[in-house]
Amino acid sequence: MIDPIEPPRRKNPLLRTRLPASPPRARSRTSHGFTRAAAEGRFMLQRCEACGAFAYPAREACPACLSVDLAFVDAPRRGALLAETTARVPSDVYFRERAPWRIGLVKMDCGPTMVAHLHADCVEGAPVLMSFQLDKSGQAVAFARPEGETPNMADDRQWREMTADPKFRRVLVTNGRSLIGQEAVAALKAAGAKTVFVGVAEPWRPFAGEQLLRGQQGIELVTLDASDEKSVTDLAADIGGKVDILVNTTEYVRPGGLLDRRGTSIARDEIDQAYLGFINLAQAFGPAMRMRGADGVNSSAAWVNILSVHALANWPAFGAYSASQAACLSLSHCLRAELRPGGVKVLNLFTGPVDNEWFQTVPPPKVAPRAVAQAIMSGLRGGLEEMYVGDVAEEIRQRLAANPKAVERELDK
Amino acid sequence: MQSKNLLELAGAVSSGAVRVVDLTFTLSPDFPVIVLPPEFGQAAPVRIQEISRYDGRGPAWYWNNVTFGEHTGTHFDAPIHWFTGKDLPNNSVDTMPAKDMIAPACVIDCSAGAAQDPDFLLTVPLVEAWEAKHGRIPERHWVLLRTDWSKKGWRDYANLRDDGAHTPGPNAAVMKWLVEQRGIIGFGTETIGTDAGQAGHFEPPYPAHHFLHGAGRYGLQCLCNLDELPATGAVIVASPLKIQNGSGSPLRVIALVSAN
Ligand SMILES: [Zn+2]
Repeated sequence: MIDPIEPPRRKNPLLRTRLPASPPRARSRTSHGFTRAAAEGRFMLQRCEACGAFAYPAREACPACLSVDLAFVDAPRRGALLAETTARVPSDVYFRERAPWRIGLVKMDCGPTMVAHLHADCVEGAPVLMSFQLDKSGQAVAFARPEGETPNMADDRQWREMTADPKFRRVLVTNGRSLIGQEAVAALKAAGAKTVFVGVAEPWRPFAGEQLLRGQQGIELVTLDASDEKSVTDLAADIGGKVDILVNTTEYVRPGGLLDRRGTSIARDEIDQAYLGFINLAQAFGPAMRMRGADGVNSSAAWVNILSVHALANWPAFGAYSASQAACLSLSHCLRAELRPGGVKVLNLFTGPVDNEWFQTVPPPKVAPRAVAQAIMSGLRGGLEEMYVGDVAEEIRQRLAANPKAVERELDK
Repeated sequence: MQSKNLLELAGAVSSGAVRVVDLTFTLSPDFPVIVLPPEFGQAAPVRIQEISRYDGRGPAWYWNNVTFGEHTGTHFDAPIHWFTGKDLPNNSVDTMPAKDMIAPACVIDCSAGAAQDPDFLLTVPLVEAWEAKHGRIPERHWVLLRTDWSKKGWRDYANLRDDGAHTPGPNAAVMKWLVEQRGIIGFGTETIGTDAGQAGHFEPPYPAHHFLHGAGRYGLQCLCNLDELPATGAVIVASPLKIQNGSGSPLRVIALVSAN
């Protein structure tokens, strides 16, 4: 059983902020099958198509029958902890700073034996559940935790290195005008975030839900117009050093594609809000977040983007909007690479049409803003990079994997 | 006029015998703009992006790229802005006569009424009462509506409620009357538009725009410091940017006021 983590004290200004170190990065190309699994919160192993044996670590041929027909598939997570050891003086800088560090050998029910990082409550001989997690280098590592819930389970020191749990952290939700933004604020508070800063552009315009946000303990309304460089840098000057998680809830949805629109002014607004807004936020808040990745219990931890799944496949009815989302998706990969040295995760949530005013005439299924907020929480707590929220997003993901051309034709209706 | 009179004017400005009052808000991204339903085309907000600031992008110089809609900040409305003025000659900011950019002003102080009622309306009887005190409004004068609205915080300034904006302005009758009976050159306000916040419900809708621009006259809005102007005798200098076929533009509006 582990003790709950304490709320972090204020920083001692006499001490240097410890810079983030990264755990070892090298992986084989095949091993990125695990990276993908970890990014999506799945547990996938290679399985031989010929004899059905599971293999681990990643291989080019089946260890049982030598078939080269190995595919990554979702695998049973259960195993038993065979042996454990504690690294006390590791040679690697990252682990040395975090020593002692427990690792163990887990015999999986489905066959292979895996070396894994251990949750503190794992006991030798007892069953464990295995997952792949993204470490501070963004690489997949195996992580074993007890099969059942244990007290303060999420507060485990080694687990918290793999996740971006909002507990005790300070979060900036960039757009408090949107329903998703408001639901995210409520969910983050419920998840134990210390402070949620809520960005409001053009505060002279009243908006629905404003009264709920005002005057609540731990919620601070701040003036933020992501599309305005000065507004973003001004806010970063105030709070940039204490934003541990940034949730980009920019929302600028307008119907229309190319030929039935006149001119570029709406497209320009879409780009200003979504794409340039992203750049403004990244340039203003990214450097401090990258620098504070090892800054204690409330180190910087994650950046969350909420993207339309039509970033992946253009939906002509909202064609220009889809393109703005595709631009943001591309940018998010750049941001992920640039934040990686700080160990800061970039979580992309892909949604189908959200149940808001702009998709009013779109038939269901639509994603409830609350479902998006809940997905953000589970993504942060699980340390994920990619999530597909709702039926439409999940369906498009699967159909894209099967036949992108079919998706293109079928979105044209 | 002899050139020595012009030199005298310059000397008076320099000495302070003629005061120059700046009637302009700083053009900044956070200044409220006109709110239209979001499905309409929107005025681009004011954006100021650094090109360089004595840094790697330009070591010895500081400059910005600036973008904004024609109707942002303290700005000028040309006749072409409204459908009623669309077929007039020289109806855009680049073709309007330059001499129209300098004209005297009558300032009607309605600050007390506007303080009582955000939907305060200027009416013909109110202007007639003003004329009884200050004399008939001469032709080719600006009429500036002082409400002290420019002194409010941005939220109260925009004063948006679920049934629209509530800000003072002229009613329809007074606009028709000022244009047709008094021959004013234009009408200026401290609020976001020359029309009242609820003027979309007037008959005709947006009467200031309707009558002013239909007769080739001009609008000025988002003015400030009107409380520093006398009721009569100030001279307004309002020269919009020469935007090709432009319907208006942000501008620096100044007033020349005799100091004694
Ligand atoms: Zn095999």
